[in-house]
Amino acid sequence: MKSTSSKWRALVGAAVALAMASVGTASPAIAATTLKKGLKVFVVPKNLGNSYFTTADSVKTGGALLALKQLGEVGQETSGTTDTPASQLPVIQADITKGANALIISGTDPNALCPTLNAAMKKGVTVVTYDSDTNCRDLFVNQASPQGLGNIEVQMIAKEINPKQPTAAAGQIAIVSASISDTNQNTWIKYMKQELTNYPHLKLVKVVYGNDDTATSVQVTQGLLSSYPNLKGIISPTTVGIAAAASVLDTPKYRGKVRLTGLGTPNEMKKYVADGTLSEFALWNPADLGYLAAYAAVELASHAITNAPGQSFVAGKLGRYKVGADHTILLGPPFVFTKANINKFNF
Amino acid sequence: MQPEAALPAVGATPRPPATLTQSPREPRPTSLSGKFRWALHWESALVVALVLTVALGAATSAEFLTVSNIFSNVCLLYGELAIMALPTTLIILSGEIDLSIASTLALSSSLVGYLSSNHWPMPLVIIVALAAGIACGLLNGLLVTRLNLPSLAVTIGTMTLYEGISEIILGPAIITSFPAAYTAIGVKAFPATGGLLSYSAVLFIVLAVVFGVVLHATPFGRSVVAIGWNKQAAQFAGIRVKRVKTALYMLSGLMGALAGILYTFRLSTAEADNGTTLILPVIAVVLLGGVSIFGGKGTILGVVLAVLVYCSLQSALLLTNFNSNALEIVTGALLLLSVLIPNAGEIAARARRFAGGHGTSAPSAKGGRPPASAQ
Amino acid sequence: MSPAPSATGPVQGRGPQPVEGHGAGNPGQPSSTLTWSSRRLLDAILRVREVGIVAVLVVFVAVATSVQPRFIDPQNIKFVFSNAIIYALLALGETVVVLSRNVDLSVGSVLGLSAYLSSDLFSQVHHIPIVAVFLAGLAIGLACGAVNGAVVAVARVPSLVVTLATLYIYRAIDVLIVGGGMVVASTLPGAFLSIPTSSLGPIPYLAIAVAGTVAVGAYVLASFRPGRELYAIGSNPDAARLAGIPMGKRIFWSFVVSGGIAGLAGVLWAATYGTIDSTAGLNYELTVVAAVVVGGVNIFGGSGTVVGAALGALLLATINQALYVLGISSFWDPAIDGALIVLAISLDHWITLRLTRALRKGAVQHAT
Repeated sequence: MKSTSSKWRALVGAAVALAMASVGTASPAIAATTLKKGLKVFVVPKNLGNSYFTTADSVKTGGALLALKQLGEVGQETSGTTDTPASQLPVIQADITKGANALIISGTDPNALCPTLNAAMKKGVTVVTYDSDTNCRDLFVNQASPQGLGNIEVQMIAKEINPKQPTAAAGQIAIVSASISDTNQNTWIKYMKQELTNYPHLKLVKVVYGNDDTATSVQVTQGLLSSYPNLKGIISPTTVGIAAAASVLDTPKYRGKVRLTGLGTPNEMKKYVADGTLSEFALWNPADLGYLAAYAAVELASHAITNAPGQSFVAGKLGRYKVGADHTILLGPPFVFTKANINKFNF
Repeated sequence: MQPEAALPAVGATPRPPATLTQSPREPRPTSLSGKFRWALHWESALVVALVLTVALGAATSAEFLTVSNIFSNVCLLYGELAIMALPTTLIILSGEIDLSIASTLALSSSLVGYLSSNHWPMPLVIIVALAAGIACGLLNGLLVTRLNLPSLAVTIGTMTLYEGISEIILGPAIITSFPAAYTAIGVKAFPATGGLLSYSAVLFIVLAVVFGVVLHATPFGRSVVAIGWNKQAAQFAGIRVKRVKTALYMLSGLMGALAGILYTFRLSTAEADNGTTLILPVIAVVLLGGVSIFGGKGTILGVVLAVLVYCSLQSALLLTNFNSNALEIVTGALLLLSVLIPNAGEIAARARRFAGGHGTSAPSAKGGRPPASAQ
Repeated sequence: MSPAPSATGPVQGRGPQPVEGHGAGNPGQPSSTLTWSSRRLLDAILRVREVGIVAVLVVFVAVATSVQPRFIDPQNIKFVFSNAIIYALLALGETVVVLSRNVDLSVGSVLGLSAYLSSDLFSQVHHIPIVAVFLAGLAIGLACGAVNGAVVAVARVPSLVVTLATLYIYRAIDVLIVGGGMVVASTLPGAFLSIPTSSLGPIPYLAIAVAGTVAVGAYVLASFRPGRELYAIGSNPDAARLAGIPMGKRIFWSFVVSGGIAGLAGVLWAATYGTIDSTAGLNYELTVVAAVVVGGVNIFGGSGTVVGAALGALLLATINQALYVLGISSFWDPAIDGALIVLAISLDHWITLRLTRALRKGAVQHAT
């Protein structure tokens, strides 16, 4: 699996990472020598049983737990079973009680976890968020810039609708989002609307919400198709939504006529890319996201770096990263999956 | 993700009449002789379970019995669930059920968020939320008692309805700023308890005492149990069944709203579906406490013990490396055991007969109004 | 099938008794005392009740169509059917259980377990025939149903408690097996994925098959002894026991049927959605029970038909689809659903009340 990740990295060719990609954990960087070993680090995704987070966290996929293992820390993935603060909070509190040195959290809510996390930080526990930020943490590892994601999704749908001259793409488009209160989704949609001003003939007619539930996402997509018979394209910036929308469009009636793009995982989309339901979509590598978050957490917990903007460290195979504004680290630009490269990935 | 929805069932109906073989007052007879019966009292079994759970927790983690663990991992997390278990106990005792109490929590939380974000003074917000809870309960009570609808079906409907109203009130908004004085109620320890007990835990203790006294030592409480045993007999005895039941539903709405306020302050977040996943655990805890789903049998003490067993088991398992995916198996297994163990002897006998090919009579889950038959 | 009424066990069946406010005629008497004419009247009204659901459906479709003419577009009709299929199947199984005064809350979890395990076979066993996958799903469902049925019938534990517990347990087993993985569409054969989408005009073949299954179910329940005995158990357990009906066996098998149907529905779920993780069928139990209740099945057993329940599922699916097609804010969705359920059971109660009065009147007239 490690080879997949490094292959992926090579393909992305992210400027920040490329030069250091081969350095690996044996990096002679000074910071590496000062990292503490045996730290108790808990990785807390939004919920367990979610394949996106399993990819981000597991040793097998090259995620957060692999990085922790390589650094000699004691890593463990814990979370609740549903994507709610009420389910995640008991686990976080238990982790703190168990003597966590660092927590790597994808927040189910920007505020609800704060009393607990603030108390933990006061006690000296390092709190790093990944995937989904909270208003209380030392550092946020951001998968991609919201603006970059918003832009690329609009660019992709324009290209799908009018491959020859994307800027002249014309017609109605709609968005199948996750939940209406999902801050990530709403930020991306805001940037999509901004980018759409560059495409005067594309008209966003509706944003619908499938709650990241397969059956609901299928229904809202069907509702769109029924109420907008001239719909030209759908953008779904969520992995559950794009797979559900693809399953609806995967019939002779719609295949190739209503275009689809968004954020998806290669495994879920392979069938639909192969049969022409859609031709490209984007995502970051979730395993790299977890891997980077793990390095950031260990660097902070070892006091090798602080969370001040401008601090930098080497995140193993991913290379050197710098803390940016608002104590945020950016993983890199999103990667576009196409028919040509999709079979090289397995997550 | 949507909350785990739920829908237990119980009848809008009376106790079964006494049968030839069994007194209705002993729905769970034991086959052991009387002098050992005390040992089988469900409460005693729960005390043993509690001791075992605490021993398990203490054995797995030195942190388990610390003040900070008890405060933050037991008291704080399960306060709302515990409070909702109290009125649910009374309702199940009366032979009904209220599946909408967790949705009332959500509705109350939404109201608190919406009104306080519109700069209403907090005391007024709290009063409105509690009143809304009572109104929700009143609607349930009227539908059940005046229209004679089965409470299982009614509260499946209002469970969805109240959560729906909650979504209409708050929409996509998530309200997160509340006065610090109030969020402190949600996260700080109650004064003079040595940092051990949360406000919700103190409230639960007080309420449990009040509910216990009301249930076991007042005419009202006795009438609740009487209705659960045998509604007709209760009626003949002059108990105003409809009034008592409506009052119970209003109480349930009130407690749901109170739990909603505490929940909002604890997480300092008001969201449309707050707490709706709590409904199954609430029912599970009450049944684990030895309350008969048919009504008429059960004690507040049993439910309080069940709350303690449930919370300390969850907390202990979280401190181990137990797969949290499997925590729900524990809830399910506890629930099954709570109904199987008291009948173990008879079940074994019946299983032999059943396997031997003889038909046996079987139970029903729900009380029943005599329905129009298609036969 | 000789009955052996238990002499020692606590009899938990709900005894016949008039209920406050119902003013029920003489419910203590077995239904066999009903006169022929009153039975015909009853049949007629029951038939009217299904017509009632159809009428509500027609009115609803008419209103939706007048607002958005594309609501009766063939493609939209196809969408409605495809969404109703799984719920209609589950409602069929649930009705069999509810008729005998029980309830099966575990159907969503059984569906989830079967959906993952059966569809995963395609990548575990190369070139496995699709029929074998359906049989595997069926077997998983039957096994889950048998556990529910055995505990309910043998231990005589309320089915509400048992299936609430197995709702947790089956789902947890599913989550443990699936872990963070999922079955993705590229591992499923095209022929499998096209099962739900192939259609005769706007009507999916699958909808026709489900309608056929419901019709067979209705016939069996109405015309064969085990089916009629379920009604008898639900309408009056004590009388049913005295009449020598093997209640334990009947109830056991009703859970097996419900489980088996949920298992099959799981395979169809996998074919419909193509991406299967451990959340398949989460929270379905509420909707299924709602469909059964809306379809006019008495939640306390004894009356109602699988046709009504299936129509209830179709009505709920139509309403949901209308909310999306008409672009009504999705925030209103649960509130409308909830109000509808309350309305449906109130209406059901009103009809039952009328029916009871009419029956009593008929019986009195007959007697004089």
